[in-house]
This record gives sequence, structure tokens and C-alpha cells, in this order.
Amino acid sequence: MFPRLVYESFRRQARRKLLAGIAITLGVAVATAMIAVATDIGDKINRELRTYGANLVITPQEDTLDVEIGGVNLKPPSDGAFLSEADLPKIRGTFWHHNIVGFSPMLPVVVKVRKASGAGDGASKTEEVTLLGTYFNQHLTFGKEDFTTGVRITHPWWKVEASCGADTPVRDVSITAPDGAGSGQTRANECGWPDDNSQNVLLGERLAAKLDKHPGDTISINDRQFTISGILSTGNVEDDQIVAPLAVAQQILGKPGAVRRVFVSALTKPPDALSARDPKTMTPEVYDRWYCSPYVESIAFQLQEAIPHSHAEQIRQVAQNEGTVLSRIKGLMLLVTLAALLASALAVSAAMATAIFERRVEIGLMKALGVGNLAVSAIFFAEALLLALFGGAAGFIAGSMLAHQIGRSIFSSQISIQPVLFPIIIAIAVFVTFAGSAAAIRRAVKFDPVFSLRGQA
Amino acid sequence: MSTGPAILHSAREVAERRAHSPHTSMFVRMLIRAAMLRRGRAASALLAMVVAAAVATAMMNLYVDVQAKLRNEFRSYGANVIVVAKSGEASAAQPAATTAPSLPPDAISKIESALGSKTLAVPFAYAVARTTDGQSVVVVGTDFTRARELNHWWKVNHWPAPQMDVRLVGGDNATSAPPTEALLGIRAAAVVTPKREPFDLTFQGKTIHLTPAGLLQTGAAEDSRIYLDQSEFLSWTGVTPTTIELAVTGSPEEIQQGINKLAAALPGADVRPVRQIMEGEANVLNKTRATLYASATLVVLTSALCVLATLIGWVFDRRRDFAIMKAIGASERLVNAFFAAEAAVLGIVGAIIGFLIGIGVAAWIGRANFHAPVVPRFSVFPYVLAGSVIVALIAAVLPIGLLRRVQPAIILRGE
Repeated sequence: MFPRLVYESFRRQARRKLLAGIAITLGVAVATAMIAVATDIGDKINRELRTYGANLVITPQEDTLDVEIGGVNLKPPSDGAFLSEADLPKIRGTFWHHNIVGFSPMLPVVVKVRKASGAGDGASKTEEVTLLGTYFNQHLTFGKEDFTTGVRITHPWWKVEASCGADTPVRDVSITAPDGAGSGQTRANECGWPDDNSQNVLLGERLAAKLDKHPGDTISINDRQFTISGILSTGNVEDDQIVAPLAVAQQILGKPGAVRRVFVSALTKPPDALSARDPKTMTPEVYDRWYCSPYVESIAFQLQEAIPHSHAEQIRQVAQNEGTVLSRIKGLMLLVTLAALLASALAVSAAMATAIFERRVEIGLMKALGVGNLAVSAIFFAEALLLALFGGAAGFIAGSMLAHQIGRSIFSSQISIQPVLFPIIIAIAVFVTFAGSAAAIRRAVKFDPVFSLRGQA
Repeated sequence: MSTGPAILHSAREVAERRAHSPHTSMFVRMLIRAAMLRRGRAASALLAMVVAAAVATAMMNLYVDVQAKLRNEFRSYGANVIVVAKSGEASAAQPAATTAPSLPPDAISKIESALGSKTLAVPFAYAVARTTDGQSVVVVGTDFTRARELNHWWKVNHWPAPQMDVRLVGGDNATSAPPTEALLGIRAAAVVTPKREPFDLTFQGKTIHLTPAGLLQTGAAEDSRIYLDQSEFLSWTGVTPTTIELAVTGSPEEIQQGINKLAAALPGADVRPVRQIMEGEANVLNKTRATLYASATLVVLTSALCVLATLIGWVFDRRRDFAIMKAIGASERLVNAFFAAEAAVLGIVGAIIGFLIGIGVAAWIGRANFHAPVVPRFSVFPYVLAGSVIVALIAAVLPIGLLRRVQPAIILRGE
């Protein structure tokens, strides 16, 4: 009898059940989408924050003092210690290598540039400028892993202007996946960017204006001719410099394999109480936890381990602020999600209350026929449970699709939905539906059947 | 049936009350009675309305305000505009030389008058000095209070005490004056004074005696420098600031306007945005805004639909009222007007209460997350009000359209 009552109720009152079901589905869909977005937003924004560039820098351990103002190094170039370029792929061998988005070695060299013997002073005059050797989009291998790295990834605000033909596609390069998936082939020679194996250089925009050089011109650096493949604009000191493939800088310096410093861009966890502690004072368990958390401090520590004679340091401007911005955005989304959950819970409750209130005549009839309060409640709760299960499942699917769509259109990447979310969502749906129904059911059951049958609600 | 409980009062009482009110108030009386007699149902419909209006208000308030709030957070990344003295050709190689171009002394006040006092401007003057054992080190003169405010990420264990008086430390030995405090970059400290003892620096024959106040750690070029108060620095080296770092708040367009204004105010300087900061900020802000927009749309839409469902149920439930009114001769127009007015009142009341609650929710979110309340925006109210009334009207009109086709007798018979 009990299943039949429930079944008939669904069959005969399909419209009302549909309305309540739709309310639950909508509520659950929004809840699912919001929870999925809120749990994933930290990761997504973290990746977006990588547009601020590197948050770690590796320098030689016994590095001497930099004497540098406004990007101009005033120290003899051969002075100081160097890192070995051959060690760099080891960065990919560290514990958190999946979190390392990219790295760029830097080797500044002071060079003499012959000024254009054109309009102005006629006689050719030399000028000292800094030439920065780096990777643009270098293809490297570590073990079986292939990956590309360079300033295209770590310094996304660097823009190159060049006169390329219409047949060369101009494409914006987004940050590639940290595991290097799909970046098998080098995207060399994309309009203006020099190839890492070439002898082409980029000229900073202010230097280019001063020397009156344009893309495609040649420039004489230390009496060697180089082709300018593009004009670089960074809004920073590089605008006054020449940027060349690392090998070119090493040749000029006469130190093959030398690297002055390496900028590393890594996805990190915002600092908390644990991250601020000194690893030397930790107990082994705490140390393991610290070592296995992607704090900027522990990644620095691991980079230092991976590269011999090195010192890794966080770039505090980027690393420290990341945490605040990230926690603000995460907190905002969490609170918005809470508000959304509350709103959908109330909406579902209201819909359920309405659905039950409409049926007080039915309840009166049942009670007049001698059905106990408990049995009446059981029927209604069973109906609510069915509604919650179906509405919840449909809502979960719809919500996953919504989250997917949001991820695709805003972050152009997948928002992953943990399968563990499904039982949680269903449980929430059942709970909210029950809570919404409970008050209405209690009121309906307590109501005198005589009045409800006479139509005096 | 809605007159039922009124009979309970004595007839005279009722007659007395009715004598005072003009006959035209019947419409209003019906509205009030309908709400009073079905308190439970009216309250639940109103609750749904209030929740939807509150959520919509909170979302709109947040959406408008959050950009400004986040922009403030982003200012902790430091300067986004930099003013540099237009350098001649020799200056790059010898920035320490006194012949290098520098900014006009009133540059800071000019900047502040051009951009308003909300803009934080920090001057920096650079020189290369020598330690007693001949090491070169970059010394920077700046305003510590401002630098501290601009560069939150600087890890400093002790800031030098602010210099109250401007002392002249001329000649080769600064003897009588109390020692000048300096902020040492962590790498510079290791070279200059590993034991944190007072030390001497020489610049173009002039020597200054410095006491290390604190250590500065940033992970960037600042680590290799020594920072001094600008007035001490000026009296020691005679070098005036060559760089001013600015933190300008506002949208990219506002910042660009500020840059243009500055360029006009300071013709001898090169004003340029820090692209790294600007682009990073724009990127993150856009994504956050888009996410918030999507969430807000979703939530508002859901609440509106649920309100619609609840209200439709409510109106359907009152089909007997509808039938009685028609049976005793009310015109179609009057019945429609009655239900529409009821819905409108519900929408208006719901919108007002919901708006107040929504402002509270937005303020709470602002306080909890950004430690600054979200300023209530009353410009949002007309939208919330219009939305609520429209949803309520749709909810009233839809079922009435369906009911109109049904004979009142059938409804009253309970079929």
C-alpha cells in the first residue's frame, strides 16, 4: 500500500511534482556549480597570478654583491660566480616539478654597440649597453620528459614587435601546462621572437629608439653582426637592453655554460603558520609536511638541493602578495558560495512547503480514514526523498555542465569536479528537502481533518 | 469565505468600523485581509521574495564594489607607475655622477597635486659608494615612511627611526651628530658589515658613518643595496631623486589618464606604467570579475525561478477566492487588478526588506573578506525593485490566464 500511495502521488500529480523537482534541480545545480568553482578557483587564480612572472630566483651560492642601478650593471662582467646551464633541467626533477610552470636563465653581459653612423654625428661611436642572454622558448629534456621553457612563459608581459609577413601567424602564447604536455614541438620563430639556437637578438624599445634601429636591421655588437628580429617592450629595465639567446651571451662572455641567475615561476600555496617556520627547527614529521607542501619556501629549498652551489630565494614582491590576493579571491568565492547555498536551500524549502500545503485536503482525508500521524509523515518524507534523489542527481549533472562551461569560458581550462562531491551534494539535497518539508508536514499533520476537508485552511 | 472571521466580531462593532471608511476602500481592505487571513501562506511567499531580492542585492553590491576592493589589494604589489628622469646618454653608465639628470625637487608635490593625495609616491635617489675595504655598493636615499607603505612585501626586521631634524653632515668626518641609521639589504649587509657593527661609506671623498638599523629582504635587487633617509642621503652625496615610484589606484583607463597628466606636469621626466604589475592585475581582476558575474547571474536566476514557482503555487491555491469573486459578479478587470495589485505589493515589500538584508549581507562579506565594509549602493535598488515586481506579476498573471478559462462553478465545486 505504501509504495502504491507514493507511486500514485507521483503519477497523478505529475505537474506539481515536476515543479518541486525543478526547484530542487535548479538549487542543486547552482550549488554544485558554485562548490566546484569555489574549490577550483584557488588553482585557477594561482595560474593566472603567474602573469606576474617568476616568484623564485636562483643565484650562485657565493654570489658577490650586485652593483646595479636601473638595470645597468656597474660591475665587471666576468666578476662573480656562475651557475651551470647543464644543471638547469634538474629543476624538473624536484619534488614539486609539476608546480613549476617555467624557468628562464639570465646572463647579463656588458657589450659595446656601434652606433648608427647615420644622420647625427656621422662618425661611428660605440656605446656600452647590457646584453641579456636568456631562453626564449627553449626545448629541453630531463629524463624522459620533454618540455619547453623560457621568458615566453615566465615573463608573459614581454611583447615583441616585428614586421612579419602576412603568412606568419601571430599567435598569443598562453602559459603552457606545467607538465609540459603537448608542448613537444618548439614554437620557434613566431613573429619576432628569435630562435634559441639563432644569432638573432631583440632590442629594447628605448634602446632601439636611441640607436634608430628597426626589426630586420643588423646591429654590431662587440664588432660582430647580429640581426634584430624584433623590438622588445617590457615596461622595465630591459627596454634599455639587448636580449639575446643564452648561447650568444655565453660566447660574448667567453664562458660557455655560464648562467648568472635563474628565474623560476612556480605555483605555490599561500603562506601560513607552517611555511614561516625555519625548517632547521622542525621535528621530522613537521619537516616532512613542510617539505611536501608547495610553499614558496619549500620549493626554494628543493631548488637549492637540485642545483649544486646555488641559493634560491623567493621574490617577495611576487611571492608574498600572491598569497593575499589569492586568499581574498578564495574567501570571496567561498562567501558567495555560502550565500548561493543558502539561497538555493531556502528556495527548495519554500517550494517543498508550498507543495505540501497544497495537499492538506489529501492529508485530511487520510487522517479521517484513520491513518496515523507517523504514517502520513512517512509518505510525505518518502516523496520528498524521491524528489531529492532525482532532483539532486539531475542537478548534479546540470551543475557539472555549468561549472565546465564557466571554466571553459572564463579560464579556458577544465574545472574538475571531484566524484566525491556527488554523495555530498545528494546528502545536502536530501537534507534541505527534508528540512524544507518538515515544518509544512508537521503543520499539515496537526491540522484538524474536519477543517481541511471543509476547505477552511 | 474571507469574511468568515469578521462575523465573530459583534455586528455593531463591524458596522461602526465600516461607517468610518469610505466605500472605495473595499479594494484595499481585500488586499489587507487576504494577507492577514492567510498569514502563513503570505509569509512563505514573502520569504521567498525577500530571499531572492536579498541575494540579488548582495550580488550586485558585491559585483560593483569588489573591483575597487580587489584593486586596493593589488596595490600591495607596489608601484604600478614609475617616473624616471629623462636620462642623457652618459647617465646610464655613470648614474652616480652628479651631472646625471634628476627630477625637479618639487616633483613629489607636483605628482600629488596632479593625481590627488590618494596616490602614494616614493622617491628614490641612487649612488654608488665604497666601503672602507674598497667594495662598491649601491646606496639609495628614500622616504622610509612612504617606502614602507608602498612596499608591503619588504621583509624588514627593524625600520630605521624617522629622522626628525635635518642635520648637515658635511666634510670628511661626521663626529658630533648621532649616528645615521641605515637599512641594509641582506646581501649588502653580509659584505659591508657581517657583524652588524657601525660602518663607514665613502662617496666622492665624503665619508658617512652609518649604524645598521635593520635588515631588508626582498629576493630582488634591493637585497644588494643600502637604504638611507633621503635628507641624510642628500646632504651626504648631493644626489637628488632620479626615480619616483607611484601606486595609482583605479581602472586601467584612470591610470592611463594619470600617466598622461603626469607626463604633462613633469616634462623633464619619463612616465611609464609598470607593465608586469598592470597586466598581471588586469588579468586576475578580469577573471575574478567574470567568475563573480557568472555566479551572481546563476544565483539571481535560480532565486527568481524559485520565487516564480512558489508564487504560482500560491496563486493557484487561491483559485477559490478567484471563483467566488467572479461568482458574485466581479468583472474580469477587477479580479485581474486585484491579483496584480497583490503581487505588486508582495514584490515591493519583498524588494524593500530583501534590499536591506542584502546590503547587510554584502557589508558582512566585505568585512569578513576585505576588512572594509562594502558601501551600500542605492542605485541598485530600482533594479531589485523592478525585478521583484516583474517576477511577482508574472507569477500572478500566468495562473490567472489559466484559471480564466475555467467556470467558477467548477472551481467552487472543488474539482
